[in-house]
Amino acid sequence: MKVVITVVGVDRTGIIAAVSQIMAEHKVNILTINQVILDGIFNMAMIVDMDPADIDLDTLQDLLKQKGEALGVEIRAQNQAIFDAMHRVG
Amino acid sequence: MLTIHDVLETNQMIQKNNLDVRTITMGISLLDCCASDGKTLCNNIYDKITRYGEHLVETGEAISREYGVPIINKRVSVTPISLVAGASDMKSYVDIARTLDKAAKTIGINFIGGFSALVERGMSKGDRILIDSIAESLAVTDLVCSSVAVGSTKAGINMDAVAEMGRVFKDLAERTKEQDALGCAKLVVFSNAVEDNPFMAGAFHGVTNGDSCISVGVSGPGVVKVALENVKGEPFDVVAETIKKTAFKITRVGQLVAMEASRRLDMPFGIIDLSLAPTPAVGDSVASILEEMGLESCGACGTTAALALLNDAVKKGGLMASSRVGGLSGAFIPVSEDKGMLEAVGRGSLSLEKLEAMTCVCSVGLDMIAIPGDTPASTISAIIADEAAIGMINNKTTAVRVIPVPGKGVGDNVEFGGLLGHCPIINVNKYKSDEFIARGGRIPAPMRSLTN
Repeated sequence: MKVVITVVGVDRTGIIAAVSQIMAEHKVNILTINQVILDGIFNMAMIVDMDPADIDLDTLQDLLKQKGEALGVEIRAQNQAIFDAMHRVG
Repeated sequence: MLTIHDVLETNQMIQKNNLDVRTITMGISLLDCCASDGKTLCNNIYDKITRYGEHLVETGEAISREYGVPIINKRVSVTPISLVAGASDMKSYVDIARTLDKAAKTIGINFIGGFSALVERGMSKGDRILIDSIAESLAVTDLVCSSVAVGSTKAGINMDAVAEMGRVFKDLAERTKEQDALGCAKLVVFSNAVEDNPFMAGAFHGVTNGDSCISVGVSGPGVVKVALENVKGEPFDVVAETIKKTAFKITRVGQLVAMEASRRLDMPFGIIDLSLAPTPAVGDSVASILEEMGLESCGACGTTAALALLNDAVKKGGLMASSRVGGLSGAFIPVSEDKGMLEAVGRGSLSLEKLEAMTCVCSVGLDMIAIPGDTPASTISAIIADEAAIGMINNKTTAVRVIPVPGKGVGDNVEFGGLLGHCPIINVNKYKSDEFIARGGRIPAPMRSLTN
């Protein structure tokens, strides 16, 4: 399963490192990373492959939520299918 | 390739603009539950609903978590009970309503619809008993919703049933007066009822459906409103295109959720209902969309045209996004559930008459409108007749869900709570319709040519 991880919040050092560390610890493969500052807010979208992972999406969501709370940013992990459905035809 | 802007747009719709899947509704046929003994019938009904619906709520919650999109309601619709119970020896169907309520609570759903009768041409024994049981049934249950179809383009309007339903609304209001006649929010009277509507209070699982199916109702008035904020002052061609594109995106989410729910529950996919269903939340209002088009307040001259454009564009945009569209698809205008609508009523810009005009071009009808408690039953019947006539002549679904609040009059406010919102009491024409309603009989089906 492809999962999109988004981070939204105030920019600070170590956000991508912190998220990437969770991925590495649980064998989640990072496919792409994009980031953009919009209206002064840091936005990051990371597409990952959960197939090799040793945890399920529910657990990943919980881990990311805790990490987001520690960093003061909002982190979400969603099945990529919802974005493909909305933005791609065919 | 998905871009970060696509991802952020989707999440902004969900998190800031109230995009949600309003309901996953499981339709269940109860035809195979029929029994002559009332107790056996109730047991059969309870067993089938709890067996089929056992995993509905947890499945909805799991999908919601995985895709990050709220799924507000999980519901069940069943075969119109008048058909299921007609062969039984029961003299009242209140026990069936209690059974539906109990089954709904066991599986943890929000509402169960189908305490219904289809009487466009006349009433069978089961229809008669069901209609006589509605007021008590809705007063003693929490989650049961009821609907009665009194007319259609092909059948005309059953004015005996129309007269009866005015009395049922009054009786139900009186029985639930401690809660400001909340019972009436669970009852709707239809013209051209549809058999695959996933929305309450009018959902029922029509007999032309299979044994069961999963249907989904999408929503997202806030998303459309925000999209229109970006095309201020542009011509209507641009407005229509913008709504279409937005409706497409909203519907794709609904389609995804429906297919996933259908797969996980191992049940056929029914339909997607493309409705823009408002909630009392700020930024989730259909009235605000109309106002965004350039009207000072919903109800101003131009409101009907604005709603016509909106309703049509939502359908055009949503159609391609889904493999099967049905239900009531369009824009709902439930007054108490739409912050913009009730503000418009409060400031005197939106009247019952204007709402009636709007129902000619919106998806359904006069919905969640609080009226004075002293409104006679015959006047409520006459409101139903007017609305049924609009549906009959225009070949569309119309409905009436009005709430005559005992002890309250124009200027008072009622609070229903939750998704049902609150509402100022709206003025109803004081002149009598009692002799008109007392005639009974049928208004014949209209001709379909020379349509001027």
